[in-house]
Amino acid sequence: MSKLVDIKGLTKNYESITALYNVNLELESGHIVGLLGPNGSGKTTLIKILCGLLQPTSGLVQVDGHNIGVETKSVVSYLPDQTYLDGNMTIRDIFALFVDFYRDFDINRAYNMLNVLRINPDAKLKTLSKGNKEKVQLILVMSRRAKLYVLDEPIAGVDPAARDFILNTIISNYDPSATILISTHLISDVESILDDVIFLQYGQIALHASVDEIRSREGKSVDALFREVYRC
Amino acid sequence: MPWNLDSDRPIFIQIVEHLQYDIVSGYYQPGQRLPSVRDLAAEAAVNPNTMQRALSELERDGYMHSERTSGRFITEDKGMIDELKKQLATAQIEVFLETMKRLGLSNDEIQVLVKESMKE
Repeated sequence: MSKLVDIKGLTKNYESITALYNVNLELESGHIVGLLGPNGSGKTTLIKILCGLLQPTSGLVQVDGHNIGVETKSVVSYLPDQTYLDGNMTIRDIFALFVDFYRDFDINRAYNMLNVLRINPDAKLKTLSKGNKEKVQLILVMSRRAKLYVLDEPIAGVDPAARDFILNTIISNYDPSATILISTHLISDVESILDDVIFLQYGQIALHASVDEIRSREGKSVDALFREVYRC
Repeated sequence: MPWNLDSDRPIFIQIVEHLQYDIVSGYYQPGQRLPSVRDLAAEAAVNPNTMQRALSELERDGYMHSERTSGRFITEDKGMIDELKKQLATAQIEVFLETMKRLGLSNDEIQVLVKESMKE
């Protein structure tokens, strides 16, 4: 198994606030990993550093053997927690934009998924329901043939049926040699599709273990363990 | 059979059990070809790696086998499937008897109640 993500001694400060402190993390290819933690624990900061949107204050961050930069951005497919797309664009326009931007974007796959959902490709993004917007963005992200998929809260704020579609899309489009990092606090919904989970707490990794390891060691679900660890 | 997975036991073990029930009940017939790992994983809404691990375990135990190019098949050894059926049934009966004993019932009383229930 190759090391896809390698993070050593990563610290990120925002002025006087420390968002991440001395984080060490290795991820292998071929895993679906949950990044879990309460609000403000550093999940989005870690994700943005992996995607090259934030610079670390100190430490080493590599993806697929490269420091974060042009090479890593071409192998990382990122679903942000907030959209960056222009709501006036139609889905067809957005697909065309992705073809231009990403060499690994498989437009046929994208249209197939859109078909399954019966979403009109000529609809403007802003006219879609919240659930459908989320789905379109997931289609964009999962239609790339990337090595690392980074999904920031992919199932927040959608109904249970849409959630099932999203999780099913993740499973059925997942290339077994790629790794998917999913940040969420809706743990019970994603638990069964995860190999491993990472608990972040106060900007540090509190736990990194496999789901079945946690279940057999603790005799409870990851969701139940999370509630215990982070009880207020 | 729908995949109702408990949240507190390892997923891997539950998948193995579920597939064992599907084999014993004849949902998958002896010699039948199984769906792909990806389809099974999607159906059960679980991680494909976990599904793969469960299938490997069942292969190791001899309940299924892979043909290099054509897929994965259920064993044709009916004796083995019957043996598995007995094992699974015995495990359920043990759980049942344990519960009955906690209710303070004797073996004779349990037998009478079981017979009555089966008549209905």
